[in-house]
Amino acid sequence: MKFIFTRDTWQEIFGAIRKNKLRTVITIIGVFWGILLFIGLQGAAKGMENGFESAFKGMATNSIFLWGQQTGIPYGGYNRNRSVRIELSDTYRIANQIEGVQFVAPRNAKGIFDGAPPLVVNNLKSGNYKVFGDYPVIDMVSKKKLRKGRFLNKKDIDEKRKICVIGERIEKELFEKGEDPIGKYIKISNIYFQVVGVYKRNNTDFFEGDNSIFIPFTTYKKVFNTGNQIGWMVIAGYPDEDIVAIEQKVKTLLKRRYSVHPDDERAFGAANLGEMFGKITGFVKGLKFTALIVGIATILAGVIAIGNILLITVKERTKEIGIRRALGAKPSEIRGQIILESVFLTLVAGTLGITVGGILLSLLNQAAKNWEDFPFVNPTVSLEYIVMALLIMVVLGTLIGLIPAQRAVNVRPIEALREE
Amino acid sequence: MIQIKELHKSYRMGSNHLHVLKGINLDIKEGEFVSIMGSSGSGKSTLLNIIGMLDEADKGSYILDNVPIKNLSEKKAAIYRNKFLGFIFQSFNLINYKNAAENVALPLYYQGISRKVRKEKALYYLEKVGLADWAHHLPSELSGGQKQRVAIARALASEPKVLLADEPTGALDTKTSYEVMDFLQGINDEGKTILVVTHEPDIADMTKRIVMLKDGVIEEDKKVQQVRASEYV
Repeated sequence: MKFIFTRDTWQEIFGAIRKNKLRTVITIIGVFWGILLFIGLQGAAKGMENGFESAFKGMATNSIFLWGQQTGIPYGGYNRNRSVRIELSDTYRIANQIEGVQFVAPRNAKGIFDGAPPLVVNNLKSGNYKVFGDYPVIDMVSKKKLRKGRFLNKKDIDEKRKICVIGERIEKELFEKGEDPIGKYIKISNIYFQVVGVYKRNNTDFFEGDNSIFIPFTTYKKVFNTGNQIGWMVIAGYPDEDIVAIEQKVKTLLKRRYSVHPDDERAFGAANLGEMFGKITGFVKGLKFTALIVGIATILAGVIAIGNILLITVKERTKEIGIRRALGAKPSEIRGQIILESVFLTLVAGTLGITVGGILLSLLNQAAKNWEDFPFVNPTVSLEYIVMALLIMVVLGTLIGLIPAQRAVNVRPIEALREE
Repeated sequence: MIQIKELHKSYRMGSNHLHVLKGINLDIKEGEFVSIMGSSGSGKSTLLNIIGMLDEADKGSYILDNVPIKNLSEKKAAIYRNKFLGFIFQSFNLINYKNAAENVALPLYYQGISRKVRKEKALYYLEKVGLADWAHHLPSELSGGQKQRVAIARALASEPKVLLADEPTGALDTKTSYEVMDFLQGINDEGKTILVVTHEPDIADMTKRIVMLKDGVIEEDKKVQQVRASEYV
């Protein structure tokens, strides 16, 4: 072991490496490429994972969007194509009767399914914007990033206040530059609402963008006269609940209530976020696993290339080895030198690969910041993976070095010296 | 210094055996300067390789400096080679990416001698062969004679009991050959035992004893009047 740490050993190794520049470079490229791919793939996979994670941050991922459509099967005396509209009371039923449901948020909106976006006016400026009637709980479905002011609260609901939270684009379009919209009044469908908050664009929402207006659900109901009808609802399950099962239960409940044929798949539309999210997580997991396998395989290929080239150079260096042995080099010293050469080259190449891989990932990260909708954040490779990669390289470098080393020791000094 | 009794060696060449050494008896005292002569195939190189522990005899005994050389492990052989023997080869066998001083220091490295001492010794022996100014030159920058002198310095550096030279002048022109022999004679004068394998009679005449090998046996073993190489240089 002492042999590894003496300066002389390294001088011998550096001498040999310097002498065989071409083979050194070729060898290094093999492992370098392997580890670069390993780091690159791992980092990219992690970046995507992080990207998706940040995209879904603050979002109830284990949830369903559910709305009424038209029946597809005649049932209970009704014709097919009967419109089914779900009601506010359904939300309580679902929340109370179905297990695993965390909360249910009813929503109404003008400008998506239900009519045109209403005209919104502030002094001389105006525009048409989507208006949502919401409960504060919607904030748990998709977190609103507020730039100014506050979001809806329970008191707004209880008192049916005429207040609103607007998107930042609306602020820009309806207000003067530098004007604080908080506390100001804007006219929505000819009714004055006080602005209490401005939210920022969030990638995770589906409808809101940065040009929507949130008003209390109760206010919406009164102003737009929607009665008990709701546009759709968001049903969020507890994080560990099976959201697909919940969807089935909810649909069964609603079908019974609205006299819909049990097999009618058309009557209620649903978008199962949990299912989608699960697929994405699965995809990312698969990606990471593939990256791991491919990465390790490439490292393996690189290390084998090192072994190969060392084997060739041992053949080329037969004479040198013969001389060394004639001068009194012990077999263990020859073996040790060749193995150390192998491990050293592997490690140098590996370190180089890790460094360049890291630089590459950071460049990728910079670039990804400009691609708005591409889910790619902080591509990193965990330390364990790097340590693992290095360990694999050292172990394989040693093992693969053993073959040429044994070959070198097996060379009989006289035969080596005879070789002209 | 070297006692060889009834030494046999044969090689297997495919299906037939090639009996190279057929009972060699040789006794070399300390300070002798012996040349082994013979045509190719006479077994002279095989004998040198066995003496050099690069090869092993099938039968017979070989005692070097009172140490019986028998059934050595590779490791033991390496240690003995390093301690007892200095090699000089026909093709010099310098390591081409090491400079003269590093080449000379190599056997010392395998003795585990510290860097500083190694360097000093290497320079000392280079000085001795008159190449102190060439210490930092690579073998490719040296002439044949200079290379062989570096090789001699390398063989001397480990302060061996016996110098073994396999056709040391085989690759050199006559003038350089004599220069090299002059060096060897000088070293012998200082008391070092030297064994030279050669097929050139004029080189053999510069030693003190000629052993003629023919077909694996010693045909003739005679002391000769040494011709000083310096007369020709």
